[in-house]
Amino acid sequence: MNSGYLLVILLLYLGLLFFIAQWAEGKGNSKWTNNPYVYSLSLAVYCTTWTYYGSIGVAANSGLNFIPIYLGPVIAFPAWILILRKIIRISRVNKISSIADFISLRYGNSRFMGALVTLIALIAILPYIGLQLKAISETFHIVTNSEESNNVFFDTSTYVAIVLAVFASFYGTRYVDASEKRKGIVTAVAMESLLKLFFFIILGLYVTFYVFDGFDAIYAKASLMESFEERNTIHGLEGGMNWMMLIVLSFFSIFLLPRQFHMSIVENNREKHIRTAIWLFPLYLLLFNLFVYPIAWGGNILFEGKNVNPDMFSLLIPQLFDNTIMTVMVFLGGFSAAISMIVVSSITLSTMLSNNLLIPYGVLGSLQKDNQESNSERIVNIRRIGIFLLIILAFIYYRYFIMDFSLVSVGMISFVIVAQLGPAFFGAIFWKRGSLNGAVAGIVVGMLICFYTIMLPFLLSSINPGSNFFKEGFFGFTILQPFQLFGLDYLDPIPHALFWSLLFNVLVYMAVSVSFKGNYRERNYAEMYVDIDKYINNHENAFVWKGTAYVSDIQKVLKRFLGEERTNRALSIFKMKYNIAPDNLMADARLVKFAENLLTGHIGTASAKILIESVTKEDKISLPEVLKILEESKENLIINKKLTETSNELKELSSQLKKANENLVLKDKQKDEFLDTVTHELRTPITAIRAASEILHDDDEIPDELKKQFLQNIITESDRLNRLIDKILDLEKFETGKQKIYPTQGSIVQTISKSLSPLQQLISNKKIHVEFDENQNTTFISFDEERIIQVITNLVSNAIKFADEKDGIIIITLSEHEDEYLKVNVFNNGKGVNPEDLESIFDKFYQSSNQNIKKPIGSGLGLAICKQIIEAHKGKIWAENVQNGVTFSFTLPKKIQ
Amino acid sequence: MKKILLVDDEPNIIMSLEYTFKKQNFEVFIARDGQEALDILKTEQPDVIILDIMMPNVDGYATIESIKKNEKLTHCKVIFLSAKNKESDIEKGMQLGANAYMTKPFSIKKLVDQVNELLATSS
Repeated sequence: MNSGYLLVILLLYLGLLFFIAQWAEGKGNSKWTNNPYVYSLSLAVYCTTWTYYGSIGVAANSGLNFIPIYLGPVIAFPAWILILRKIIRISRVNKISSIADFISLRYGNSRFMGALVTLIALIAILPYIGLQLKAISETFHIVTNSEESNNVFFDTSTYVAIVLAVFASFYGTRYVDASEKRKGIVTAVAMESLLKLFFFIILGLYVTFYVFDGFDAIYAKASLMESFEERNTIHGLEGGMNWMMLIVLSFFSIFLLPRQFHMSIVENNREKHIRTAIWLFPLYLLLFNLFVYPIAWGGNILFEGKNVNPDMFSLLIPQLFDNTIMTVMVFLGGFSAAISMIVVSSITLSTMLSNNLLIPYGVLGSLQKDNQESNSERIVNIRRIGIFLLIILAFIYYRYFIMDFSLVSVGMISFVIVAQLGPAFFGAIFWKRGSLNGAVAGIVVGMLICFYTIMLPFLLSSINPGSNFFKEGFFGFTILQPFQLFGLDYLDPIPHALFWSLLFNVLVYMAVSVSFKGNYRERNYAEMYVDIDKYINNHENAFVWKGTAYVSDIQKVLKRFLGEERTNRALSIFKMKYNIAPDNLMADARLVKFAENLLTGHIGTASAKILIESVTKEDKISLPEVLKILEESKENLIINKKLTETSNELKELSSQLKKANENLVLKDKQKDEFLDTVTHELRTPITAIRAASEILHDDDEIPDELKKQFLQNIITESDRLNRLIDKILDLEKFETGKQKIYPTQGSIVQTISKSLSPLQQLISNKKIHVEFDENQNTTFISFDEERIIQVITNLVSNAIKFADEKDGIIIITLSEHEDEYLKVNVFNNGKGVNPEDLESIFDKFYQSSNQNIKKPIGSGLGLAICKQIIEAHKGKIWAENVQNGVTFSFTLPKKIQ
Repeated sequence: MKKILLVDDEPNIIMSLEYTFKKQNFEVFIARDGQEALDILKTEQPDVIILDIMMPNVDGYATIESIKKNEKLTHCKVIFLSAKNKESDIEKGMQLGANAYMTKPFSIKKLVDQVNELLATSS
């Protein structure tokens, strides 16, 4: 294809990306740009040209070995919900804009750590960017059938690099606050992710079903090739170890690659988007890898015996069949993969470069004196130039250093280097004791081993491939062979380097951290990172700081970077949040932390700390003091919890007291009512006696017949009076425990019969039908017969009173329950008891609810006495409404104590 | 001949009252609760009613309320005769429109005097 046409197509394609980015920026926070699908797709910036072209090369050369690089992220995903959410929360509250910020803040806001992470990222990623440029250039020449030129001005990638630099520096630096979201870039990357997958699948379908007759046909032909078996095994345990190390490597990369950190953390709008990403992103990777194998082995079959680079099979196959459209589509897919990576990586690297290296170590002093407008401009310019420089540097790297390396090897080396941040990174969020010294030492040792086992050999091999360094090791110590360090000879160079570097990195990190305690600031951030969920809503509270600071000084610093208006707004929000008086002159720890956060997005965590330190006077706090303060705040939490519990208990208690009091009031009222009733009951016979006596005394003409009648009345009423007094005294005795029961063995059936006989007259008067089987057998039990007669008489008398007036029925039944107790039921077919009163009718003060007005039937003492008698027998008495009436029941235990 | 209605649920008290007022030349009507009293008052307009308070079914308070609503009975004197002897009980009884309140146990002589006094003021 003519290179002019392809250039036009490229320009049109880039124009489309500019358009999408512009459109997305304009959309702001609409559902088109702020949704979980854009977020998930933007994570696919993970799939670079290495995936697009390189994994086909790996699959063609060594079978399945391309898979572990995708297995790592897939294995990582379930942990995402836990780990990623934590990192997102930490980053959000601290306004973190890169992995360098993230790690350096945790280790005491260390300027050095930020710079170290930045440097490592640069060492790892610059060649990787160069690699992408190389892929663009190489594929361009394949598509156009042109030769690579030594003159940079005839190299397409020169111009592509410049255009990308413009694009990235424009859309990547729209906000001075680097923790702001870049909608344009994210949406463009998501779009590219979609396109590269789409083109790759089209190619896969083309190769599998057009060039060949499906998967089976490719397999049938490939399996006949000489090396098929050999290239398609895992190679036993040793191969398995290699696989495992590669999986570990990619697991780390998905968290630690600066572009992945940027896309998954900094650009995350909502935590819940992770929930979509954990299934969509693995699905994306699966789809991407579906056709790697058929394309690779299709290429092996088609180009058998020819010397072609298997990395380029995906372009060469359609080209072999003169399918220009397919070739261009594949090229555009690879181009998308490359530029997403270049753009995102260069933006994150330039942010790190400016916020963690250039500003804290260089220009901060001059920024401190300038005003907001020129400061913002300078920061943005630093970043723009940074992006430009990085891309140009990567270009130079590609042109002069890595022309001959394969895609995969350079990618792998970057992964291994970035993995050195792993222990410090994961330690940051899970291990409170991890210290700055430990982290730095671990990283440095890891890097040295990396350098020795992988970078140095690669460099040497390009200069002097026959060097005996590989065989004999350093100064002839064979134990120090770079690819078989300490005699470990079954790992490939990359897993080998990863194994030793990570092992020592972790060991040194832990050993140093445990041996030397970090300073108080590290311990403070350790607390905030590891327990972020506790502090998420008011993290400023968790910041330990003691000293003297004036609000006005801090305000002045903020204004230099945020401007007058934003500073004032931010401060008033802060004062509102913590309920601080507007005229408060002194700043506290919370304001110091808040101000640092405001500056962090602009100039990085380390510089923010330096600036705030310059206007405040901090008192030294010892580590034990910090721990004490943190412990106190924890204790406060515990005390608070205890207080809440106690207060709940008190509430419970007070409600119980209230209830008890209400009960007492009710009892008191009932007592008054009872006394009323008793006095009424006592006065009634006295009244009758007095009236009759007065007549007999004053009236001499009274006929004998009537005189006798009046005297009889006096006797009756006197007896009544006496009975009443007996009852009251009875109850009193039971209640005070003075009344004893005198149990004897007997038959309850006989006792019931005895009780019924004095009532017969009353029963027949009211024409009530009484059912009771006097001949039934029953166990002899022990009870006080006289008292039980009293109970039965009372229950039956009540039943007589309340049974239906026309067809009254009373049924008395007995039942025995094993060895435990015997039960007596007295049923009557009256209208039943008000359900609310079922229990209280046995209270001694109980009458009916309206007893004050309506004359009660009986004294209201009967049931209360019954209850006392039954309870003295250790039995129970109760009433229940049943169909057509009410049943009063009592039990008597068979074995009385 | 003056008419008197005696309302009480205690038969022995009624007996004494009945004997006493018959001897005083009253025409005596007897009711054992408020309901029976109201039934009698549908046809009779006694000059005096002796009314107990604590009775089954319709009590004394409800009974006097009905009496006071009945225009035919405006001339009728009501005397509460009750064992309820608290100040508040007496006050309540008087408020409901009773002409007198006597507590049990009572002196028959005083009750008769009270009845006569009430009848004297009305004529």
